[in-house]
Amino acid sequence: MSNIQITDMIRSGEREKKRLHQKIKEKIKKNLKQYISDESFVGRRGKKLVRVPIYGLRLPRFVVDDKKQGGVGQGEGEVGQPLPGQRPQKPQKGKGGKAGNEAGEHEIEIDVNLDEMVDLIGEVLELPNVEEKGKKVCISTKKIRWTNLRKTGPEATLDIRRTITNSIIRNIVEGNFDPEEEGSFPPIMIEVDDKRHKVWDEILEKKANAVIIAMMDISGSMGEEQKDIVRTEMFWIESWLKRQYDGLQIVYIVHDTQAKIVDHETFYRISEGGGTNISSAYSLCQEVIKAHYPPADWNIYPFHFSDGDNWSSEDDALCVKILKEYLLPNCNQFSYAQVTSKWGSGKFKEVLERSMQDLSEKIKSRLVISLVKNKEAILESIKDFLKSGK
Amino acid sequence: MDLTPELMEWQEKIKKVARDEGLDFFETIFYLLPYSYLTEIASHGGFPVRYPHWHFGLEHEKLKRSYEWGMGKIYELVINNDPCHAYLLENNSTMEQKLVIAHVYGHCDFFKNNIYFASTNRRMMDDMANHASRVDSYIRRYGAADVERFIDACLSIQDHISPLESTAITTTPAEELETEEELVRIIKRKANPENPNYMDIFLNSPEYLDFRKKQLEEKLSKEQKFPPKPLKDILYFLLLHAPLKKWQEDILYIIRKERYYFIPQGFTKILNEGWASYWHFKLMTEQFLESSEFVNFGMDHSGTLAKSPYQLNPYYLGFTLLHDVEERWNRGQFGPEWEDCSTMFERNSWDKKLGLGREKIFEIRSIENDYSFVDKYLTEDYCDKHKMFKYNFDPQSGQWVLSDRSFESIKNQLLEQLANFGIPHIVVQDGNYKNRGELYLLHHHEGDLRQDYAWDTLENIAYIWRRPVHLETMVDGKAKLYSFIDGDTKELTDIS
Repeated sequence: MSNIQITDMIRSGEREKKRLHQKIKEKIKKNLKQYISDESFVGRRGKKLVRVPIYGLRLPRFVVDDKKQGGVGQGEGEVGQPLPGQRPQKPQKGKGGKAGNEAGEHEIEIDVNLDEMVDLIGEVLELPNVEEKGKKVCISTKKIRWTNLRKTGPEATLDIRRTITNSIIRNIVEGNFDPEEEGSFPPIMIEVDDKRHKVWDEILEKKANAVIIAMMDISGSMGEEQKDIVRTEMFWIESWLKRQYDGLQIVYIVHDTQAKIVDHETFYRISEGGGTNISSAYSLCQEVIKAHYPPADWNIYPFHFSDGDNWSSEDDALCVKILKEYLLPNCNQFSYAQVTSKWGSGKFKEVLERSMQDLSEKIKSRLVISLVKNKEAILESIKDFLKSGK
Repeated sequence: MDLTPELMEWQEKIKKVARDEGLDFFETIFYLLPYSYLTEIASHGGFPVRYPHWHFGLEHEKLKRSYEWGMGKIYELVINNDPCHAYLLENNSTMEQKLVIAHVYGHCDFFKNNIYFASTNRRMMDDMANHASRVDSYIRRYGAADVERFIDACLSIQDHISPLESTAITTTPAEELETEEELVRIIKRKANPENPNYMDIFLNSPEYLDFRKKQLEEKLSKEQKFPPKPLKDILYFLLLHAPLKKWQEDILYIIRKERYYFIPQGFTKILNEGWASYWHFKLMTEQFLESSEFVNFGMDHSGTLAKSPYQLNPYYLGFTLLHDVEERWNRGQFGPEWEDCSTMFERNSWDKKLGLGREKIFEIRSIENDYSFVDKYLTEDYCDKHKMFKYNFDPQSGQWVLSDRSFESIKNQLLEQLANFGIPHIVVQDGNYKNRGELYLLHHHEGDLRQDYAWDTLENIAYIWRRPVHLETMVDGKAKLYSFIDGDTKELTDIS
């Protein structure tokens, strides 16, 4: 085997790998619904890798279903005993004959980080980038800018164009070269003095500020399933907006009849019960904005998740009042997601829809309402909230 | 890349002893490779240059990971070619290299002498490289996406060839014409009973004419079928009759040709690995093992022969069954006398000192494949001794359950899995189904097909055939017809 074959091999190997990764990306996009409800992502941040199984990455062929065929093995054991080393499985419910299509069957697992996932979601949902609004006040990122020149420095920072220009100028001054003369070329002689190196500075770039105010109903009528949906959806929204705003701040509010501010960990773990006064959260939200996030300087994104089962119609009215008078005029977008629950009445959505009739189009469009029936619907709901790019 | 002087010395020694023991192999060229190269080659079926396709990349990724995670590594790779090419893994201990070299010579002998390899292409190294450059040129000319899609489709039915039977179409056009002419003569004669030939009534009685007419008509209608008889080599049928562009035809041809090269390895896995293990064990323990290497050799050897409750390790089955046969033929434990003997004591002490074992296993390596090997030589005693059992999936508990230890069902299960080399037996029944150019495939049911795979495969066939494709099979004991019409229309219907 000659060496040429080895290099060919490596080259074709690289090409195949590249294509494989494209295919993997396609598969993730295809099964995105499944991946975003995967608990191993929720609560992660940034560059941390998560190992995810890739489904459907295989060459199909005709094959006998081994679950219907059985096999031959070796070892100890009595007839009727389960084979060792199996994970205990939940008995399959209902539908028989659907074997072979269950989860757990995958060709390969790959590592992806959260940022990549978020970008994929953006691609699949065709989310627009968010338009920045408001004054650009500090909160910022460090950026590297080439700001100055110097005569010494590492070779990598050599500014070739300036160095050559200097060399030409010097040669003209010294009389080695006359640009007026027909057919003459500058001598390529560069001396240490001609050299210019670029120098960088770290500068703080002012960026628009954004704050998410995440409100979650934790009243008794919100079951674990509903809270899971809320957390998953909120997590991905948060991750998307973080990709958009470097200095994104998040305020977490939970409420039953009372509202309180909690930290990230509590928000993603809490489970409580009680009655529901949505207005408590809305007025706390209003206070937070007034105290810390002047709307002139901040992009404000309140999100509220509830099963829509508010305590009383008086409280409904209060909510509408806060929304109309303060929140809608001062926020980029107010998002309300209603998670379908067995116990909740789910009336709040209608209340909101009805009461917004008399508002101007501009203000009205700032209220986005989405209904999340189950885990599968999370992706669509995320799209509802983020598609406008406000 | 070449062997170290030390290993070269060992290679010469092992080669000589192997020849003296009766092994007969092509010259074998050894290379020493780092693991990254070895996985790269292994993922391409052992060939350094093949046409590019993502599934090789996937294979590579899996091999690389299993190595990195310490879940198993490849020790060696050997290619059926003249000369044979064998790759050894760098950084293995000398003991391991010796074991592997001995193992490789076992494989090379098998490639050269087993009947099922007789017609394999021994210049495959060159042909593969040639295929690669042809596919490369198609990619440049027709675009990577189209070529890849077509290769995907071909690969998903690549197993459907017929390595053991001729693919020739039955009757020639001349024969067909003769049949037709005779039929016309008979019809004329019947239409004209006032035949001047007075002997005719005796030579060709009306009964005989009727019978012959029916016979000919049947023959003719059979010949007008398309294909005339069911065809197992689906790739061949598509190659002849699918509406392919030239480059597609060539790719299908390439994939079919490569498959014919590889498939004998698929149906001699147990025997081939058993044979190679037999020889590495024999040569190492009798000649090449130094006392300091003993423990590590033992660990490696039992590693390759590891038993599993979920599948029979082909190395284990082949190795132990060959030893079993050798022992039995040495002691004369075969033939009707042995079969009839039922006293435990007599059986245990049965030894006619025939010494035919070695001869017998050489015969087996020449003429058997996995199916015939297991069919002829698996015995009840062996199954008991090696604690074999049959297992099934229990849908109630969602677990695999040990279901049977009787010899009959173990053997049946094993043969079922080995029959047709584990590939469902599917034939092209009709290439002009409903007279609409649709393709009708028939599955000779040996077990229910996996539905999701079946649909995807049908879609791939339809991509090549460019017309709807149907597959007749059984699902849960009922005859069913899968019909893939187009991307949006798929039907699973009952056949009455």
